[in-house]
Amino acid sequence: MSRQPPAFKTVYTKIEQITKATCSLKAQGIANEEMATIDGRPAQVVKIQGDLVTLQVFSGTQGIGTDVDVIFLGEPPTLRVGPDLSGRFLNAYGQPIDDGPDLEGIKTAIGGPSVNPVRRAQPSELISTGIAGIDLNNTLVTGQKIPFFADPDQPYNQVMANVALRAQADRIILGGMGLSNDDYLYYRRVFEDAGVLEKITCFINTNDDPPVERLLVPDMVLAAAEYFAVEKKEKVLVLLTDMTLFCDALSIVSNRMDQIPSKDSMPGSLYSDLAKIYEKAAQFQEGSITIIAVTTLSGGDITHAIPDNTGYITEGQLFLRRNTDISKVIVDPFRSLSRLKQLVIGKRTREDHSHVMNAGVRLYSDAANSKTKKENGFDLTDYDERTLKFAYDYALELLAIDINIDMEKMLDKAWELFAKYFERDEVAIKEEIMSKYWPKDAEGLKQKTKDEEQKPEDGKAKAEDGS
Amino acid sequence: MPTQGHVIGIVSNLITIAVDGPVSQNEICYISLDDVKLKAEVIKINGKNVFAQVFESTRGLTVGCLVEFTDHLLEVELGPGMLSRNYDGLQNDLDAMTGVFLKRGEMTNPFSYEKKWDFTALAKKADKVQAGDWLGEVPENFIKHKIMVPLKLEGIWQVDSIVAKGSYTVKEPVAVLKNANGQSIKVMMTQYWPVKVPMRGYANKPIAYKPLQTGVRLIDTINPIVEGGTGFIPGPFGCGKTVLQHIIAANAQVDMVIICACGERANEVVEIFKEFPELDDPNTGRKLIERTIIICNTSNMPVAAREASVYTAMTIAEYYRQMGVKILLLADSTSRWAQALREMSNRMEELPGPDAFPMDLTAIIANFYARAGLVELNNGQTGSVTFLGTVSPAGGNMKEPVTESTKKVARCFYALSQQRADSKRYPSIDTIDSYSKYLEYKEVQEYLEENFEPHWIEKIAYIKDILLRGKEAYDQINILGDDSVPIEYHERYWKSELVDFGFLQQDAFDPVDKATPLERQRYMMDIIYNICKADFKFDIFYEVTAYFKKVINIIRQLNFSEFQNEAFKKFEDELQSVLMERKVE
Repeated sequence: MSRQPPAFKTVYTKIEQITKATCSLKAQGIANEEMATIDGRPAQVVKIQGDLVTLQVFSGTQGIGTDVDVIFLGEPPTLRVGPDLSGRFLNAYGQPIDDGPDLEGIKTAIGGPSVNPVRRAQPSELISTGIAGIDLNNTLVTGQKIPFFADPDQPYNQVMANVALRAQADRIILGGMGLSNDDYLYYRRVFEDAGVLEKITCFINTNDDPPVERLLVPDMVLAAAEYFAVEKKEKVLVLLTDMTLFCDALSIVSNRMDQIPSKDSMPGSLYSDLAKIYEKAAQFQEGSITIIAVTTLSGGDITHAIPDNTGYITEGQLFLRRNTDISKVIVDPFRSLSRLKQLVIGKRTREDHSHVMNAGVRLYSDAANSKTKKENGFDLTDYDERTLKFAYDYALELLAIDINIDMEKMLDKAWELFAKYFERDEVAIKEEIMSKYWPKDAEGLKQKTKDEEQKPEDGKAKAEDGS
Repeated sequence: MPTQGHVIGIVSNLITIAVDGPVSQNEICYISLDDVKLKAEVIKINGKNVFAQVFESTRGLTVGCLVEFTDHLLEVELGPGMLSRNYDGLQNDLDAMTGVFLKRGEMTNPFSYEKKWDFTALAKKADKVQAGDWLGEVPENFIKHKIMVPLKLEGIWQVDSIVAKGSYTVKEPVAVLKNANGQSIKVMMTQYWPVKVPMRGYANKPIAYKPLQTGVRLIDTINPIVEGGTGFIPGPFGCGKTVLQHIIAANAQVDMVIICACGERANEVVEIFKEFPELDDPNTGRKLIERTIIICNTSNMPVAAREASVYTAMTIAEYYRQMGVKILLLADSTSRWAQALREMSNRMEELPGPDAFPMDLTAIIANFYARAGLVELNNGQTGSVTFLGTVSPAGGNMKEPVTESTKKVARCFYALSQQRADSKRYPSIDTIDSYSKYLEYKEVQEYLEENFEPHWIEKIAYIKDILLRGKEAYDQINILGDDSVPIEYHERYWKSELVDFGFLQQDAFDPVDKATPLERQRYMMDIIYNICKADFKFDIFYEVTAYFKKVINIIRQLNFSEFQNEAFKKFEDELQSVLMERKVE
C-alpha cells in the first residue's frame, strides 16, 4: 500500500515456467498482488513460493518467450481517479479507448477495503424507473445491488439503459464485460442521444478482448464509483453487464491454477469473489453507490452456481421472462424480488402500495393456477375466467417492460383492474385501505367489461394484434 | 522468547512461514507489514514450515516479512460492556474504528477499559469456589453481569479477599483466590477464552423442556423450539430467511439476543443497527438494542474471519449463559462459514469431500451445535443458549452437504419452500417437510400438558393432518377436475387453506400480525380448530370456495387487529354469524 516503487526497476529476463495463463520466474522482494509487465503485457502476482513468483498474464501467454523482459511495477492495479473520468470510455486497465487525453487524477489502488458496516446509512431513497414491474412490485432503492436474471435473447441491455437514464443518478458508470461490439456501440449511442455523456464513465471489455482482462473491470468501475460517491458525495449508479461472462473468466483462471472446482466448474471462492464486488454498493451519509447488474441464465435455470451465488449476495433479482399471452417480455412477479423495497414502500410511496402489490401478485398467481386448469382441459369456474382476463390486462398494462408511467398511475391502474374483474372480498385488502381506494365507479368498470364481452371477436382480434 | 518466523510463501490468504521454534496448531500469530500487524491462525504444520490463514487481505505482503507467534489460540476477551456492541468476527468494536472504510490490521478493545462499574460482592472470604462460580456482579444494561472465577482455572480455590462494594474498572483486581498448593491469583472483571473450545463451568446439561416463544405461529404452535434447543432454517434465496430471523430476534422471549451476521449482506445488518435502537423489547419495554450483541462479518469482509465469527458469537453466548441468562443465538448463514472452510481446504490442496467441502465438515458442524443447550450451574440456577442457524443450500437443493450435515444435529428443521415463497405465503416454512423433535420429548409434552393446554399436542397433530389431507384433496381436484370430485374434497382443501391463510401466514411488516404471543396463538388456534372440526352444508363446489374466502378474509382482519380490542370483537362477531350461515349442528 504505502510501498514506494523503486527508483530503478530491476528487469528480469529469465522465465522458468509458462502455462496458458501464467508465467513463473525467480525474483526477490516481490509483493503479493503486485502488477508487472511481461514483454509489455500487463500481469499480476498471484502466488509466491520462496523466490519463485507466479504471475497471471491477463492477455494470455501466447508468443511469450522465456527470455522476454519482466518488469515489476511495485504496486497493485490502480486507476487514476478524478473529475476527468467524466464522459470517458476506458479499457479494463483504465486506459482511454476514446482517443481522449490520458487520465490525470490520483492513482488509487482498485479492489480496496470494505466499508465499515456501522458507517453505512440505511438506504431510503426510491429509484423510479417508470417500469411498473419494477416500481410497483419490486421497488429499487439507492445503495441497493440487484441483477437482472435474463436469458441471452432478452433485451436486458436495453432495459438497463432505460433504467439508467430514468433513474436520475448524478453519475452512471458502466462496466461492460464480454460486451459485443454492437452492444458497446448501442450504449454509446443511447448515452450520446440522451445528452448525458458528461455524467457517464465506461470501462469496456468487448468480446474481442482477452477474457481474463474482464476480471479487472468490476474493480475499476467500483474504484471510480467510490471516488464519486465518497469524495464528491454523488448518487452513483453502476451498471455491470454481463456478470456471467465475468464468472466464466474466473473459472478459466482457477482452472489454469489447478484449483479444485466446486459446483458447475466454478471456483470454490465464487461466493466471496462476487460478494466483494456487489457489497461495494452502499448508502453513505451523503452519496450512494447502487449496482444494477446482468446475469445471463442458461434456459432460465437459476440453480446454476452463478445465478445461485448471485441471488444469495444481491438484494433481490429482477427476472425477465417472455409472456406468450401478450407476446412481450415482462418482469416476472413471482421470481423477482427487491429486498429493500420495504424501506420505501408506503413510506416514500402512497399508503396503499404494499396492499396493492400483494393483492395483484396473489390474483396473478390464482390466474396461473386457472391457466394450468385450462391447459389440462378442465371446466373453468367464473372466478377462473375472471382471473385469466385480469392476468392478461395486468401483464399488458403493468408487467410489460415497455411501460413508462409514474407510481401514482400504476397504483390507480391496479385498483381499476381489481374493480373491473373482482369483488371486494376477493381482493381481500385491509378494510381501511379498501374503503379509501376502491374505485367509486367499480360497477361501471364491470359493466364496461361485460359490454366488451358482447363483441368477443373484437377482443380476440386485439389479442392477436399484440402478437 | 516467543517463537518467530518469516513468510516464505503466499497464495491469496494462505501463507507459509518458516519458524525457529515450537508452534502449536491453531496458534495465533501476527505478520508485520510496514507499520501494520496482520492477524493469522496456524492451520497446518509441516516440519519447519507452518501454514497460516490470514484474517485480512494479503495484498502487498512479501517473502521475508517477520511473523511473531503469541502462544495462545484465537481468543475473545469477556467482561462487562459487551451488550449493545457491534463487533467484527474477531471481536473488534466496529464503532470504535476510524474512517468510512475498514483499515487493515486495525484492532480495538472489545469494551471500555476505563469505564467504572458498580461492583457488589456475591462471594465472601473463605468461600470455596471453582471455575465459573460467581464472585460478584455489576449492572450492565438490565442484566446483572456476574464476575466469575476465571473459566480457565482448574480445581477448587478459596476466596482470600474480595473488594468492598464500589466502582472499579475492568482491569482492577476485585478478588484474590488461593488454592491448596499455596498458589494465589488476582481476579479482574475480564477474562479470556479460546473461541473454538466449548466453555465448561457448569454442573450439568439437563434435557431442555420449555418451549420458547418466538412470536412466529408456524414455529411456536406447529413446530416449537425450546429454551436451550437447536434449530436450522434452510432455504433458497428469496424465501424470507433473513426477515424470519429478524422477526425472531426482535420478538423472542429471551433475556439476550446475539446475532451473528456471517458472510451475509451488510445492508441487512445496517437494518438492525438502525432499527433495534428504536424498537421496544416486548418483554422489558426497554429498547431492543439493550439486549442485543451483533457480530458482523459481512460477505465482503475477509473470509477467514468469517469462520471465526460464529465461534466468537457462540463463546460470548456461553459466557453470558454462565450468569443464568436465557440467550438466543442467531447465525445467518452457516453455509457461508462452511464455504470459508472450503476455500481454505482448497488452497491447502486437501483431498475434497462432497461438493469440494472438507471431509470433516459434518464433525465441525456437529461440535458447534452441541455447544448450545440448557445448563444447570454449580449454584443450581439455569441458563440457556438457544441456537438457530440458517443454511443457504446451493441451488435450493436440500441434499447438499451443509444441509445434510446440519440435519443430523439440529433438533428443529424449518425448511423454507420456494413454492410457498413464490405464491407470497410467508413465512414460507413448509409445514409438511419441517419438524421439531422436541414434540416427541416426554419432558416437553408434560410441560405443555400441565402449563399450556391439555391435549394441545393432539390438537396440533390434527391440524397437521388437515394440512396434509388438504394437499391430497387439492391434487385430486387438479387431476380429476372441480366437478368430478365429491364436494367434501373442496371442503377439505379449503379447510387446509383456512389454516394456512388464517394461522400459518403472518405479515412480517404489519405492526400487530408480525409477532403473536403464545396466549393469542392458543386463542386463534381454538377458533380455527373448531371451524376445521365443524361440518358445513354446500350444494355445489364453487359455493365452498366463495364461502371459505369470506371466512379467511375475516380471520385475516382478526389477525391484523389488536388482541381483544373493539375491532377484534367486531370481526369475531362477524365471523360467528358467517359460520352460522352454513354450519350443520
